[in-house]
Amino acid sequence: MLEIKDLHASIEDKKILKGINLEVNPGEVHAIMGPNGSGKSTLASVIAGKEEFEIKKGSISLDGEDLEELAPEERAHNGIFMSFQYPVEIPGVSVTNFIKTAINESRKARGLEDMPANEMLKLIREKSELLEIDRKFLSRSLNEGFSGGEKKRNEIFQMAMMEPKLAILDETDSGLDIDALRIVANGVNKLRSKDNAIIVITHYQRLLEYIVPDYVHVLHDGKIVKSGSKELALELEEKGYDWLKQEAVL
Amino acid sequence: MAYTEEELKKELETKEYEYGFYTDIESDTFPKGLNEEIVVGISKKKEEPEWMTEWRLEAFRVWKEMEEPEWANVHYEKPNFQDISYYSAPNKKPKYNSLDEVDPELLETFKKLGISLDEQKKLAGVAVDIVMDSVSVATTFKKTLAEKGIIFCSISEAIQEHPELVKKYIGTVVPQKDNFYAALNSAVFSDGSFCYIPKGVRCPMELSTYFRINQAGTGQFERTLVIADEGSYVSYLEGCTAPSRDENQLHAAVVELIALDDAEIKYSTVQNWFPGDKEGKGGVFNFVTKRGLCEKNAKISWTQVETGSAVTWKYPSCVLKGDNSIGEFYSIAVTNNFQQADTGTKMIHLGKNTKSTIISKGISAGQSQNSYRGLVQVNSRAENARNFSQCDSLLMGNRCGAHTFPYIETKNKSAQIEHEATTSKIGEDQIFYCNQRGIDTEKAIALIVNGFSKEVLNKLPMEFAVEAQKLLEISLEGSVG
Repeated sequence: MLEIKDLHASIEDKKILKGINLEVNPGEVHAIMGPNGSGKSTLASVIAGKEEFEIKKGSISLDGEDLEELAPEERAHNGIFMSFQYPVEIPGVSVTNFIKTAINESRKARGLEDMPANEMLKLIREKSELLEIDRKFLSRSLNEGFSGGEKKRNEIFQMAMMEPKLAILDETDSGLDIDALRIVANGVNKLRSKDNAIIVITHYQRLLEYIVPDYVHVLHDGKIVKSGSKELALELEEKGYDWLKQEAVL
Repeated sequence: MAYTEEELKKELETKEYEYGFYTDIESDTFPKGLNEEIVVGISKKKEEPEWMTEWRLEAFRVWKEMEEPEWANVHYEKPNFQDISYYSAPNKKPKYNSLDEVDPELLETFKKLGISLDEQKKLAGVAVDIVMDSVSVATTFKKTLAEKGIIFCSISEAIQEHPELVKKYIGTVVPQKDNFYAALNSAVFSDGSFCYIPKGVRCPMELSTYFRINQAGTGQFERTLVIADEGSYVSYLEGCTAPSRDENQLHAAVVELIALDDAEIKYSTVQNWFPGDKEGKGGVFNFVTKRGLCEKNAKISWTQVETGSAVTWKYPSCVLKGDNSIGEFYSIAVTNNFQQADTGTKMIHLGKNTKSTIISKGISAGQSQNSYRGLVQVNSRAENARNFSQCDSLLMGNRCGAHTFPYIETKNKSAQIEHEATTSKIGEDQIFYCNQRGIDTEKAIALIVNGFSKEVLNKLPMEFAVEAQKLLEISLEGSVG
């Protein structure tokens, strides 16, 4: 589904990604771990198409289509979703209005009519129950005054609504207490299917206790230095990242 | 679609004025220049009674001695008042009994604006009195209104048919010598609307007037007078568009609202006059005096969406004379390219327990300058006066400016005054977040701007809110390639 080959990316001539290779197939969950500054969030942003980053070399493709020439919204229309580490506030735009716009814009791109209101309502009801979201929450301005937990839950709610092919969860666990973490992880798990794939970006192993990955990759200095099964995450938790850094130098 | 700050700015600039066209209707236009003869001429042309002619002359004499104000945060080449023609009327039969009699080209103009009379008539509950180049050409729903005793007509007609009301109230809220432009308007006003709601009557429909400036080089001097008698209610809508033109066009309107005891007036404006092209050439000068007077327990609400004009100078105000009276001001002002707006309100608290609310939303793009200027004044006898003001500015790009000039003068210790102000910028992060959810940049800007303006848009009557939302998008968006 997602194929990343020898990807090099920079921001303002500063090299951040230095040759990433990654293949993600339908039904798989990949975890990308690594110390701060290793390039985890950059990788997420580059896949989503953030303009600040320039691809210097290599390629990213989704279902065989090269993503480099596609605008972020076109990538979204093709089924890429990113849960932001720091979701932005949009005052005066309710959660409902925002998600409605997002869904209908994606439908428009696919040549479909707007989703009928009753269908939208049903979907909202279903997905908000899944994430234990209070209906009142949906009428609030997007992310304005939200707690850390509410912001992340709202991200996963949007993911549930948009049913993406590939979801990238960028540090979704940061700022969550244990209860919120459980709710968010449960939501994500319920959205797992044989047709979609998820990339979980995280600093800590904690989230991976709830969202169990098929593969774990360790990113260091813009490269994947080690890949393995879920046990790798436990090993990292125990030994820290330093042993990998040393290994990378060797 | 790539998005950078630079491109956003470009997009914002490429939106051309959508309603730029000119209707070719023969007009009866006065020669350029202004003197007593012209003033008398206008009055004569309109077959006005002598007291009205005298009133105009008084205003003219005061105006001659006045100087154009310079305190506003706007810069423009002052109009040459002797180089303007002060009267222009479509010279075909000025009054029509039905739409069939109206000049087809005029109807076509309205169609282009999306406000054809046909449509308007169908829009349930909206009566329209259209002012095209100074003379009212059509009035609808008059009958329904007449049954309730409501008078809704052009001011010229009111001077003929209801001189006692006009004489009693005109100039009582905005005196002839109030300011330079108000004095000019008092001397030469061409036409405008008049509305009287009798005691205890609730006007069953939204009253609306569309103004147009159409004749090249003709200043438009509208005069509106709305009187809500004791215990009555009226909601009044005013919407404006104008054809695009190279030279600057002067518009100096005066609107007076009078809300007697227990009455309520809601006055909503959507203004979309030609703002000038993207080099800052041309555009309408909009120097307007709008003021309302509240007697006991009365309430006046001003709601405005200002997207047009090259230079705007406008402060819809409330004089809270009666005890327990309420004044409200809700405003969205959008400036793009080289537009300049200096707008806000004055809330004058004279009575006891008077309350005022000010919500102002300024949106600046391009190289425009957007200023909020407001005065909250509490008189020594105004016990327990309360005011809440909120001024928010949204900036797009980094060549535009947002300014806030709030003045507070209070002479009574019991006054409670709150002022909040914020300035924010549409960030690349916000745009990217929307993009990532499949929303393109143009739509994202519309979404963010609408969210920012929501508190004010919500105050507009339904059919106007839709139009206003559309205008906000037109004013700020370019065609994303």
